[in-house]
Amino acid sequence: MSEEKEPLFSGKNIKLLTEPLNDSNPITVQVLGICSALAITVKVKPAFVMAVSVVFVMAVSNVVISLLRKTVPPRIRIIVQLVVIAAMVILVDQFLKAFLFDISKQLSVFVGLIITNCIIMGRLEAFALSNKPWPAFLDGLGNAAGYGVILIIVAFFREFLGSGTIWGYQVIPEGFYDFGYENNGFMILPPMALIVVGVIIWVQRAKNRKLVESN
Amino acid sequence: MRSYSNTYIFIFSSIMVVSVAAILSVAAMTLQPFQKRNVEINKKQNILTSINIESTAQNAEELYDKYIIESYAVDSKGELKEDVDAFKVDMKKELSKPLEERSLPIFVSSLEDSKQYILPVYGKGLWGPVWGYVSLENDLSTIFGANFAHKAETPGLGAEIETAEFQQQFFGKQIFNETGKFVSVSVVKGGTADPNSKYEVDGVSGGTITSNGVDDMLKDCLSSYEPYFKTLKNNI
Repeated sequence: MSEEKEPLFSGKNIKLLTEPLNDSNPITVQVLGICSALAITVKVKPAFVMAVSVVFVMAVSNVVISLLRKTVPPRIRIIVQLVVIAAMVILVDQFLKAFLFDISKQLSVFVGLIITNCIIMGRLEAFALSNKPWPAFLDGLGNAAGYGVILIIVAFFREFLGSGTIWGYQVIPEGFYDFGYENNGFMILPPMALIVVGVIIWVQRAKNRKLVESN
Repeated sequence: MRSYSNTYIFIFSSIMVVSVAAILSVAAMTLQPFQKRNVEINKKQNILTSINIESTAQNAEELYDKYIIESYAVDSKGELKEDVDAFKVDMKKELSKPLEERSLPIFVSSLEDSKQYILPVYGKGLWGPVWGYVSLENDLSTIFGANFAHKAETPGLGAEIETAEFQQQFFGKQIFNETGKFVSVSVVKGGTADPNSKYEVDGVSGGTITSNGVDDMLKDCLSSYEPYFKTLKNNI
């Protein structure tokens, strides 16, 4: 390891932040964390809160694990990672219950289930345990944002087509309904999230040819 | 890779567990007053929904003070329990007591120049508790409104008891028959309720156990108010 001081936003660090948004997106490329993407993307607002919660949990646990990386005994490292994630998730859950009660009711068990989100454990194990806190922080931020962006895109389409609203505000004019336009009730059901994710993967690969597997 | 002694591992895990526990307890204690207040506001919103008043978290307390004119608790013999705060009664705890010792809360609202009696109900669904509020009109038999909630019923099936469609079926139903006998409102198999019956509503198809839970809940909880209703009727 070189002791040279690396600038905070060197090309390598920027890449940690931006790669998960596209080339190694946790949902569309690595196909992780799908179950929560199905469950909480009916409306944009809960999806946004979920995304922010995951960003917080992931960035903080990545930094904590990275700080502890030289002291954690390898034999119990998975347990240590779980304890750190679980503690962060409980903090987020308690905070939502205190200040965003309605959304916390909508997200219900899914906040608790952030613990089992494989993206988080995956990044702790693969990155934070062997890197310094600052890159670990960027990596956590990037991956959680990559996850969150997809959540919000999926929620946008599902809320727009399923309820005719965005962030709870009516965007499809009342007049349309008079001409026989109807909200697509199917969009509210979980299977449509899977299809929307599929369409996003399709669009992404059509634009980004290097993601297409050759076989 | 460096190897660590067992002692080190034990010390490491102990320190980790103790510090995490400390952080979480501090957080839980500082946030508790806010959470309690949210739960209270939510309860008020649920009570208001049972008399068909829409409210938001912001105006719930104001509307509650405006429409709910009285709240008190009675015992199973129909006598007033002076020392009980109806709003603070925890139905789950009450139902685990024998019937004679229970406090039965009643909230009285005033709407449309008449009085409504709001009664809390609590029972078992498939995966966890179901609960709600049922409001009766001044005749103490006709259902004015109903609001049900659940902890963990299956979305799309049992969880449908939370929807307005399910709850609206109860409006105008009777819990006492013509001869004044307590019959409750039965939640029958989905689609089989007699539309002319005043004592039946459709259950949720595919949510039979939850529907039965609502059925039992109404029978158990509403029947315990019968003695009180008798004394109330005699006084009118």
